[in-house]
Amino acid sequence: MNPAITAATAARILRQLKHDPRTVVLLVAVPTVLLFLLRYVFDDERLFDRIAPQLVAVFPFVVLFLVTSMATLRERQSGTLERLMTLPAGKLDLLFGYAAAFGLVAVVQVAAVVAAAQALGMEVEGELWTLGAIALADALLGIALGLLASAFARTEFQVVQFMPAFIMPQVLLCGLFAPREEMHEVLEAVSYAMPLSYAVEAITDATRSADVTGDLVVNTGVVLACAVLALVLGAATLRRRTP
Amino acid sequence: MDGSGPAVAAEGLRIVRGGRDAVRGVDFRIPPGEITGLLGPSGCGKSSLMRAVMGVQVVAEGRVTVLGRPAGHPALRRRVGYAAQTPSVYADLSVIENLRYFAAVLRAPRSDADRVLAETGLTDHAGHEVGRLSGGQRARASLAVALLGAPELLVLDEPTVGLDPVLREELWRLFHTLRDRGTSLLVSSHVMDEAGRCDRLLLMREGAIVAVETPAALRERTGTADLEQAFLRLIRGHATARADGAAAAAPADRGPGDGCYAGRHESRRAAAGVRPPPPQAPRESEPRGRHERRRPPGASADPDPPSGPEPGTGSRP
Repeated sequence: MNPAITAATAARILRQLKHDPRTVVLLVAVPTVLLFLLRYVFDDERLFDRIAPQLVAVFPFVVLFLVTSMATLRERQSGTLERLMTLPAGKLDLLFGYAAAFGLVAVVQVAAVVAAAQALGMEVEGELWTLGAIALADALLGIALGLLASAFARTEFQVVQFMPAFIMPQVLLCGLFAPREEMHEVLEAVSYAMPLSYAVEAITDATRSADVTGDLVVNTGVVLACAVLALVLGAATLRRRTP
Repeated sequence: MDGSGPAVAAEGLRIVRGGRDAVRGVDFRIPPGEITGLLGPSGCGKSSLMRAVMGVQVVAEGRVTVLGRPAGHPALRRRVGYAAQTPSVYADLSVIENLRYFAAVLRAPRSDADRVLAETGLTDHAGHEVGRLSGGQRARASLAVALLGAPELLVLDEPTVGLDPVLREELWRLFHTLRDRGTSLLVSSHVMDEAGRCDRLLLMREGAIVAVETPAALRERTGTADLEQAFLRLIRGHATARADGAAAAAPADRGPGDGCYAGRHESRRAAAGVRPPPPQAPRESEPRGRHERRRPPGASADPDPPSGPEPGTGSRP
C-alpha cells in the first residue's frame, strides 16, 4: 500500500463526482427531502423522534452502498481496473481510495441529514459529533459492502438488484419498522447477524443518552469491524489475473 | 533493458477463454528495440496473448517472460506500458485529469502528462471530458496513458483502429520515434497494410502463430510484395503442408535466418498431424473444440494418421 497512490485515487474519485454535480446534489438532498416527508406525512412527533435517528443511520448506509457498488462496477467494465492492475497500484490503495473519497461524501451527507432532522424536531441528548461519527461508520459499512457486492455483479441490472438483496433485509430487521425485541425470535436472532442492527442501536443510544455509553462503543465497534471485514473480502475478490 | 535478452519470450503459452483455446501453446521471442506487429484476424487470440504479456490473463499452461522477469511481476509495472483494445480511461474525467491520475499512480513526473498529450496530438483536447471525445480521440487518450513514465516496452492492442489515415500515419511515426529511442513495441492490428511498418511480424491465426519474421523475409518467401497476399499464401501453404504430411509441415514456422524466433510448438503440432487451420475462411460460429479435427476439402485420402488423443499429448510419428 502506498499513501500517495491512495490519496491520488481518492482525489480522482472526488474529481469524477465534481464532473457530475447532479449526483452530488441528489446525494445530499434526497435524504433530507425524505426526512421532511416522513415528518409531515405521519405528522406524529413521537414517531418521528423514534424513527429519525434510525434513518440517520440507514440513509448513508444505503446510499453509499449503491453509489460504491455502481462506481466499482464501472471501474471493472471500463477496463480502468485492469489497467490499474498493470500499474503499481495496490488493491488496498484502490479500496482505501474509494473508502476515503466516499467517506468524505458521507460526511457531507450525514451533516445535512442531521441538520435536517434537528430542524424538523429530532431531539438529540448526546453530542452531535457522536451521532456524526456513528453515521460515518455506517457509511463506511455501506461503502465496504458495496465494494464487495460489486465483485459478484457483471451488469448494472445485477448491481441494482443487490440493493434489495443485500440491503432490504437489513433495513427490515434493523428495528426501523418494528422493535427487534418484538419480532419472532428467529427473526430477532437473524437481526443479530446483520451489521445494520448494531448501527441503528448505536445511533439510538446516542440520541437518548448524553454520555458515550459502553453499549454505544461496542455497537459502533461491531459496525466498523464488519466494514473492515467486507473491505478485506473485497480486496480478495480483486484479481490481477482474470480469465 | 536487461542485457540483450528478448523483450518478451513465451514458452508453450496456452490460454483458455470461454471454454475454448484462445491461444494454443505458442512459443515466440520478441527482440528488444523493435516494433513487432502482432497481426491476424479478429478473434484469433491477439488480445489474449497481449493480456498474458501484461500478466492480467489467467494462463492455462506455459510461461511468458517480459524484460527478463515473469509477466506481471511487480517490478515490471513501471517498465511496461499497456493500452487495451477498449480505451481504458475514465469517461467522466478530462484527458489531462486522466493523465495526471495515472501519472501519480506511476509516480511519473508531472510534466509527463503534457509530453504524452503532445505526442498523441491531444494537446487541444486536454481539458475535454473523455466521454465527449470521438472514438479515435478516446483511443489516443488511452494510448497517452500507456506512454506515461516512458516505459521500456509498450504493449498496444489495436492502437490505430478507427483512426483516419492522417492520424494513423502520425501514430506510426510516433511508434518509430519511440523505437529509435530504444523502446520495444508490441503492436497488434487486424489490417495487413500496417504490417509493412513493423520491423518484425508475428502472424496469428486461430490461436496459433503462423510465422515470426521480418516483412522483407515474408515477402521473399511467399514471392509477393503484398503482405496481405503473403499472409494468405502462408496460410494456404501451411494447409497444403499439412495435407502433404508431416515432413513438409515446417516451412511456415521457420523463417530464413530467423530460427530462434520461430513457433516451435506449432511446428511440432503440425508435424503430429494436428490442426493448423483449414484453408477455408474461418467461420466464427463454428465451435472449435480442441478435440475436433477437420479435414481440408478433397482430402479424403488424407495421409495423416491421427496420432494422439489430443494436441500436445500425441507422440511424434
